[in-house]
Amino acid sequence: MNLADKKRLLREMLFARRFEERCYEAYVERKIGGFLHLYSGEEACAHGVLEAAKKGQDYVITSYRDHVHAIKCGADPKKVMAELYAKETGSSKGRGGSMHIFDVEHHFMGGYALVGGPFPLAAGMAKAIKMKGDDDIVICFLGDAANNQGTFHESLNMAKLWDLPVLYVCENNLYGIGTRIDRSTAVIDQYKRVSGYNIPSTQEDGQDVEKVFKAAKQAVDHVRSGKGPYFLELMTYRYRGHSMSDSNAYRSKDEERMWSNRDPIIMLRDRLIEAGELTRADYKAMDTEVLDEIEDEVIAFAESSPEPRVDELQKYTLAENDPWVFGGGR
Amino acid sequence: MVELMCWEAIRRAHDEEMTNDPLVICMGEDIGVAGGTYKATNGLYDKYGPERVIDTPISENGYTGLGIGASFLGVRPIIEIMSVNFAWLAMDQLFNSAAKVRYMSGGQLTAPVVVRSAGGAAHQLGAQHSARMEKVFMGIAGLRVVTPSNPRQAYGMLKSAVRCNDPVFINEHELMYNMKGEVPDEEYFHPLEGSEVVREGRDVTLFGYNISVHWCVQAAATLSKQFGIEAEVVDLFALSPLDRAGIVASVRKTHRVVIAEEAEPVVGVGAEVMAIINEECFFELDAAPVRVSAVNAPVAYNHTLEKAAIPNAGDVVAAVRKMFGK
Repeated sequence: MNLADKKRLLREMLFARRFEERCYEAYVERKIGGFLHLYSGEEACAHGVLEAAKKGQDYVITSYRDHVHAIKCGADPKKVMAELYAKETGSSKGRGGSMHIFDVEHHFMGGYALVGGPFPLAAGMAKAIKMKGDDDIVICFLGDAANNQGTFHESLNMAKLWDLPVLYVCENNLYGIGTRIDRSTAVIDQYKRVSGYNIPSTQEDGQDVEKVFKAAKQAVDHVRSGKGPYFLELMTYRYRGHSMSDSNAYRSKDEERMWSNRDPIIMLRDRLIEAGELTRADYKAMDTEVLDEIEDEVIAFAESSPEPRVDELQKYTLAENDPWVFGGGR
Repeated sequence: MVELMCWEAIRRAHDEEMTNDPLVICMGEDIGVAGGTYKATNGLYDKYGPERVIDTPISENGYTGLGIGASFLGVRPIIEIMSVNFAWLAMDQLFNSAAKVRYMSGGQLTAPVVVRSAGGAAHQLGAQHSARMEKVFMGIAGLRVVTPSNPRQAYGMLKSAVRCNDPVFINEHELMYNMKGEVPDEEYFHPLEGSEVVREGRDVTLFGYNISVHWCVQAAATLSKQFGIEAEVVDLFALSPLDRAGIVASVRKTHRVVIAEEAEPVVGVGAEVMAIINEECFFELDAAPVRVSAVNAPVAYNHTLEKAAIPNAGDVVAAVRKMFGK
């Protein structure tokens, strides 16, 4: 990773943070409805891993905490915000919402709200890639709590059995909604849980984007070389509650402070400043630019976009005019 | 025309579609090396190999989800779930992923999977192997549900379902795999919507689907011969979406309705057909519609209790006779 890459990543992560925090405001203003799960604090995970992937080519799938993964894959932040605003111009035309961002053109295959739901979907996409003989891979991001679902075990078993090109990334933020991992999970280190399936795995600091990138590079190379699945556990922390309806009363201030001292954006910023590659003024200017872009372009687009039409309520339920429904159109 | 058993017709559809498109695969428990519990994939493992004829672990939700994921990228999986009772385990992926992904992605992504599964009470299989689950599947928006009553439909529906861009659930019946019937020699694609008038009649419409079509046909013969009642038999081979126009057309003709279903009556096919009639053509009715359904209880192992729980042709005859006071 060269200096330009690091500066770009800093800006991308800062953009992600400001985007998510602006979502928070819009939610409080009731511009965004439903459930809203924010990624603030976990930015180094998606950015470090996807930096090691082929952008727009490798397939990415994740949970309901999905805005930042979509944007990093290449989704237009304006369309993501418009989706949160439930507008027709949104990435899912206002039908999906925060938890269901999709951008198939950039191979972001969606956010799914059933915890653990994407595990087998990711393995299936990997099966398709393998059948076609392509060298793309699938990257599936899920949280630690998803590993207590049956789909985790069923999917890891099949992924290894058939050596499918899928990288499972566990963003371990230590909480399943409001329950701390040691109160829900017998084995705390998630990377150890996959050894029963003979899948190689590592655990890495999820707050340091350079370490994440390095670990992800190794993982991505392993999967792309045809050796089968890999499991990467990233230790991270979310600053906000599980969702906006979460009181966030289950965590101590000391714990929150400890993690905010290891903020992924600040860590990278300070490293660049110490190396003499960035000044505080540069960072301030970058932040202003990001805030302006979000306000003037992203929010403005979402605000001014039209709502979906009620007479198109049933559109997208089934395929339209599929000839095979009527016996091949005969 | 050639006479085939249902399993042979389904096997032929697999074989033709797999030859036609290298991205068509089939997967399920024991379908490969063992050839399938009902032989519906017999011999395909040797012909197409383990990459396309996949023996899965016993992980219904997992392999169904895997098939759905593969379908996102252009693969056309035919997933066999050995018994509908086990399909409950796959309901999360069918309901939350396959049926919803087109809608919640605003039309960007679709899950063109076919899930075939055997339902129905067979012979003393007990409560956990005798369920009729079509009522559950037909309540899921975004999922097509069809159910064949003969080998021709079983063959043609599977072929259309493989090519259709929607997820399709094919509800088969344990007792019907060895049923014989005529299947066209040439390729045939059966529609996934609509209904079929199996027997024309003027006095009463008997609606059936899957195995209950056969009870209706048998009952219609008895009613004609012994009671002079000419029943029309309508095969509701598509359960979702149901053929509203076809249902209404027959009611306008006969003005009397009996619906035969192997499942329990609660929130079932009969209930839905009655609702459609109420909404569309209530004043065409000369008598209150009647359901012939199973007893609302788990299916017993004991043969006498099992038989008493599941309706048959005699029950359809009795319902019509009561309606006509004969």
